[in-house]
Amino acid sequence: MNGNDKIKMRTQDPNKRNKNFDEVELGYSEEEATKEAERCLHCKVPKCVEGCPVNIMIPDFIAAIKEHNIKKAYDILSESTSLPAVCGRVCPQEKQCEAKCIRGIKGDSIAIGSLERYVADEAIKNNFTSSVMSKANGKKVAIIGSGPSGLSCAGDLAKAGYKVVIYEVLHKAGGVLTYGIPEFRLPKKIVEEQINSLKKLGVEINLNVPVGNAITLDELQKENDAVFIGTGAGLPKFMGIEGEDASGVFSANEILTRINLMGGYQKDSKTPIKHAKKAYVIGGGNVAMDAVRSLKRLGIEAHIMYRRGEEELPARKMEVEHAKEEGIQFDLLKNPIKILVDDDNNVTGMEVVDMELSEPGEDGRRNVNAIKGSNHNVECDMVVMALGTGPNHEALKESNIKITDRNLIYVDGTKTSLDNVFAGGDAVTGAATVILAMEAGKKAAKEIITMLN
Amino acid sequence: MYKVIKNEQISSNSFLMEVIAPIILKRFIPGQFVIVMAKEDSERIPLTIYDYDHKKGTISLIYQIVGASTEELSTIKNEIFAIVGPLGNPNEICKNPENYKDKKIVYVAGGVGIAPIYPQVKYLKERGYNIDVIYGARKANLLIIRDKIEQVVHKISYATDDGSFGTKGFVTDVLEKKINNYDICIAIGPVIMMKNVCDLTKKYKLRTIVSMNPLMVDGSGMCGACRCEVEGKPKFACIHGPEFDGHKVNFELALKRMNIYKEEEQEKWAQMKKKNS
Repeated sequence: MNGNDKIKMRTQDPNKRNKNFDEVELGYSEEEATKEAERCLHCKVPKCVEGCPVNIMIPDFIAAIKEHNIKKAYDILSESTSLPAVCGRVCPQEKQCEAKCIRGIKGDSIAIGSLERYVADEAIKNNFTSSVMSKANGKKVAIIGSGPSGLSCAGDLAKAGYKVVIYEVLHKAGGVLTYGIPEFRLPKKIVEEQINSLKKLGVEINLNVPVGNAITLDELQKENDAVFIGTGAGLPKFMGIEGEDASGVFSANEILTRINLMGGYQKDSKTPIKHAKKAYVIGGGNVAMDAVRSLKRLGIEAHIMYRRGEEELPARKMEVEHAKEEGIQFDLLKNPIKILVDDDNNVTGMEVVDMELSEPGEDGRRNVNAIKGSNHNVECDMVVMALGTGPNHEALKESNIKITDRNLIYVDGTKTSLDNVFAGGDAVTGAATVILAMEAGKKAAKEIITMLN
Repeated sequence: MYKVIKNEQISSNSFLMEVIAPIILKRFIPGQFVIVMAKEDSERIPLTIYDYDHKKGTISLIYQIVGASTEELSTIKNEIFAIVGPLGNPNEICKNPENYKDKKIVYVAGGVGIAPIYPQVKYLKERGYNIDVIYGARKANLLIIRDKIEQVVHKISYATDDGSFGTKGFVTDVLEKKINNYDICIAIGPVIMMKNVCDLTKKYKLRTIVSMNPLMVDGSGMCGACRCEVEGKPKFACIHGPEFDGHKVNFELALKRMNIYKEEEQEKWAQMKKKNS
């Protein structure tokens, strides 16, 4: 071995894991982690740090792994991130830190995500707490939403001595980490552990509170020194085609919420999942992959239908590979134009057209068009729409906060149009990734601290 | 956990639960609803708020046993795992009563539809409005909370399918006779009853508001399970409703969508009965 190949993380056998909801990737052993850490060249100007949205001091924490000082590695991570066990699993590292790694020129980049996960999991196992804490300063910040942006904002503010109260409408904290990303990719125990570590920092979480209805943004603004809005992009999109109201057509959010938040995949679950034999998930992003792989695990013949080609799939490559290994079928360059139903409004199939990509235009983007006369029917009894989500501004009811023409919260930096009110994550950018939301939460924490000092 | 003060049977199939929930009460306006979870692993079920008591800081809910989850709810004694609200939009009259000062208002209740109607009538009476109610059920003993509603109405008429109380027939029969007295109608009850009321009021061009009660999961706009077709467009009952202009609602679709999980729910109920026996 010349050190050009990374230590691959072991995974559950595809044919076993496509029937259970246990985690797909099994994590590094100490030996594997040390070996992988030893591949790091410790560049003088570490490009990986630039590639990380929250600028984790990557070479430093990797050096600590080499020294077998996992507590130190964890402290280094904790300086930049409140959710390392989450980021290690769901960040698109191949487009961020790992994309910049010098090792990647000749061989594999350092498996930074896998190493981060290793340290975070060890920290949970050994009950490490972050040692970076300031004295309470008596100032109060309210956070709306307990998803990645809210949690990361809360973590940084708590560490800096602020009293943080998070308001969450659901009965469990975590936002998309809890209701959206499935157990086999991000075990809920891990999410709970990460949230518990924030609670240990003094963060309070008020569950079951619909801000906008039970309490308004204006009230929170008056009662606190600052407010952070991290309400995400929770409103599912539909195609607007005929038959979409059929029983058997669901949003990916509904399927994932029933499965993850409500535990619907367990046999004795009280929340039902619709029985089906064959399902099409429409879309090609990470949410589509999560939905289709979940359905497969419930014993349903599960297909992806995506209007563009393999190259254009917006999901992480790794997720697509995992899905294929698990037996997910990809029906690419196809688009449904009508849902077919029986007399009781149950789905019996879809009318589908073939699509073709045009040559790239001046902007380099390839358009996609339906091929005339290519209409044909496919059979299925479930259709899941994974077309993305829009912002849900329920929490902003009765407030005159400025909204952009794209229906997003207007910000300058992370500051909204209202005094002492900040926002970040999907509610500001539209649907994006967990790490970008975390970055926004961090940035807001920094701006709040500057403003209140 | 939320403290339950009362959870008792009030008719052959209805239960009344009173819960301490001051945070819900603070900004609640009738027309809004809550979601409850009996236990940590329970389903989330949407229920309309039936009564409220600002002094005690409590809200009351009326529900019927229609499946495993409502049956489980009926067994709860001291506390429930979660109650979240208020959700959805207030009734438009209760939200802006001054806009309806000179209007003649009639409420039409079908069965347990009286539960969400009672707080609206009570709320409006507290503000000096005279409200008429037409209240129907299959038979006399299913006409619940009569004593309560009678305390807050101006005039009330009853209808039962079998004639065991009030007019023999449907609420629509009673409504049609005095339909010209009214400027606006609010109809709440089973989907089929709301549809029948709307078919009638459309004929007489009487504006009618209905309250939709479809399947829901989160109740905050996230899942889209509760979508209804209103004016040909999909609307989420949880955040766009639950009340809509009844003349624009596609009731046939709503009826079909009630049954999406029928088979699965019956399985769960059978499972639960087997486990408990």
